[in-house]
Amino acid sequence: MIGESMYQELILEHYKHPQGRGLREPYDTEVHHVNPTCGDEITLRVKVGDAGKILDVSYDGQGCSISQAAASVLHELATGSTVEESLSVVEEFTRLMQGRGQVEADEEVLGDAVAFAGVAKFPARVKCALLSWMAYKDAVVRSAAQ
Amino acid sequence: MTVNSLDVERIRKDFPVFSRELPDGRPLVYLDSGNSSQKPNQVIETMREHLALHYSNVGRAMHVLGAESTEAYEGARDKVAAFVGAPSRNEVIFTKNASEALNLIAYSFGNPANTDPRFTLGPGDEIVISEMEHHSNIVPWQLLAQRTGATLKWFGVTDDGRLDLAPGVITERTKIVSIAHQSNVLGTVNPVAELARMAHEAGALIALDASQSVPHHPVNVAEMGADFVAFTGHKMVGPSGIGVLWGRAELLEAMPPFLGGGEMIEAVWMDRATYAPVPHKFEAGTPPIVEAIGLGAAADYLTVVGMEAVEAHERELTAYALEALREVPTLRVIGPETLEGRGGTVSFTLEGIHPHDVGQILDDQFGVAVRVGHHCARPLHLRFGIPATTRASFYLYNTTGEIDALVRGLHHVQKVFA
Repeated sequence: MIGESMYQELILEHYKHPQGRGLREPYDTEVHHVNPTCGDEITLRVKVGDAGKILDVSYDGQGCSISQAAASVLHELATGSTVEESLSVVEEFTRLMQGRGQVEADEEVLGDAVAFAGVAKFPARVKCALLSWMAYKDAVVRSAAQ
Repeated sequence: MTVNSLDVERIRKDFPVFSRELPDGRPLVYLDSGNSSQKPNQVIETMREHLALHYSNVGRAMHVLGAESTEAYEGARDKVAAFVGAPSRNEVIFTKNASEALNLIAYSFGNPANTDPRFTLGPGDEIVISEMEHHSNIVPWQLLAQRTGATLKWFGVTDDGRLDLAPGVITERTKIVSIAHQSNVLGTVNPVAELARMAHEAGALIALDASQSVPHHPVNVAEMGADFVAFTGHKMVGPSGIGVLWGRAELLEAMPPFLGGGEMIEAVWMDRATYAPVPHKFEAGTPPIVEAIGLGAAADYLTVVGMEAVEAHERELTAYALEALREVPTLRVIGPETLEGRGGTVSFTLEGIHPHDVGQILDDQFGVAVRVGHHCARPLHLRFGIPATTRASFYLYNTTGEIDALVRGLHHVQKVFA
């Protein structure tokens, strides 16, 4: 049963009870990313404080359980960390997702996001997991440029 | 008239794919024929044999293989013409797919190379489509409106998935009406004879996107009253890469070539050319020879089974599915919930569960292949306020047991997301 390895309990939990969902003030940057092939979309805001501390990641969107749970996990991991730390998590998560299931996940860096390891075996779903993470990276880079 | 019933177990033996298993020993439950159909041995073997023994280019080679290839290619045109009741074989144009056929029609309007008044189009003139169209029957007309300054209008869709034939959409300024015969999402079969009458009364031409109807119903282009009918091979047990445009001969003769190249000419000088008569005027370059021949074999196959029998079989499956799906909690059918004026395509949503998750679990755990997403009909999904649906579509080789498998799968999906 390949499917059950993708729908980890942790992913389903985040999908049913998304953390930090909803767009909030204040924020530095807002981005809107879409996945044209499946119609998933996300609007995401970041608020960066002193010393590059991520004060809030707020978001709203629609899509499958993978895309929505990934946004929820991202919120948990990024909020309270720093720009630099969180971007290294994004980098590791991207490496895992694009690894076609051949990449060993670094659990220390990824935390709960390792639950998505099974998604990497489904090329059609990788973009679902990455949607919010790419939006976050975009938002943080734009915030830094301001 | 009595309809010979269809022996589905015998039919399934014609399709090699049903003898395979999916990874982990799952049986294949293929409910995605609205997307593309499976192929019977008769089509596969005809194509294989042509490639192996008779292959050469068509229409220009002066040797035995050239003659055999040409005969088979033109023979396929005869078969397709007979299959859809075309008054003349020359009215059957082979295209790459239905999209190309629709683009070909759109290209002939508002085109300076075409002075026939039926095809002139400019600011103030109107193009009419509907909200339930596939992108293939939306975007070519958007492009035409952009090129010419004409206005794009459309019929809306009612809550139960029917065309809303509100007055005032077709007016005396309408030049072309282009509508799906059967919706690829809703399954709705549109009243094409009435639409043809409305269009013609307004002095407009009418095209039908019959991609979802020709494979599933007896279709007679002459009786439908349309001016153009587009459909595609891969949805009617034929190969991909081959589509068909049928058009009334006098219109096709008035239309300018769509693509220029070999075979579509009569004579060429450095500064000008004259064109071959239809259908070859619209078939530039080496055509998809073996694909056309495969489509001919597909038409033969469906003719032997009988399109009345195919239609009746799908009607039974649809009735069974509509009934069975009613038992799935929170399932909402998007489209007609009765058998009247609908075909064997059933799209639905499950509350709180995204179609991509539905499709993934159905496939991974039950081997049930459905389509999920907006099915190239995004405006229709926007109309219903939903991003996507799950779509099961039936064909002559499907069984009620496969619908049971779908329903079992949907119950499991709900358990995973409970």
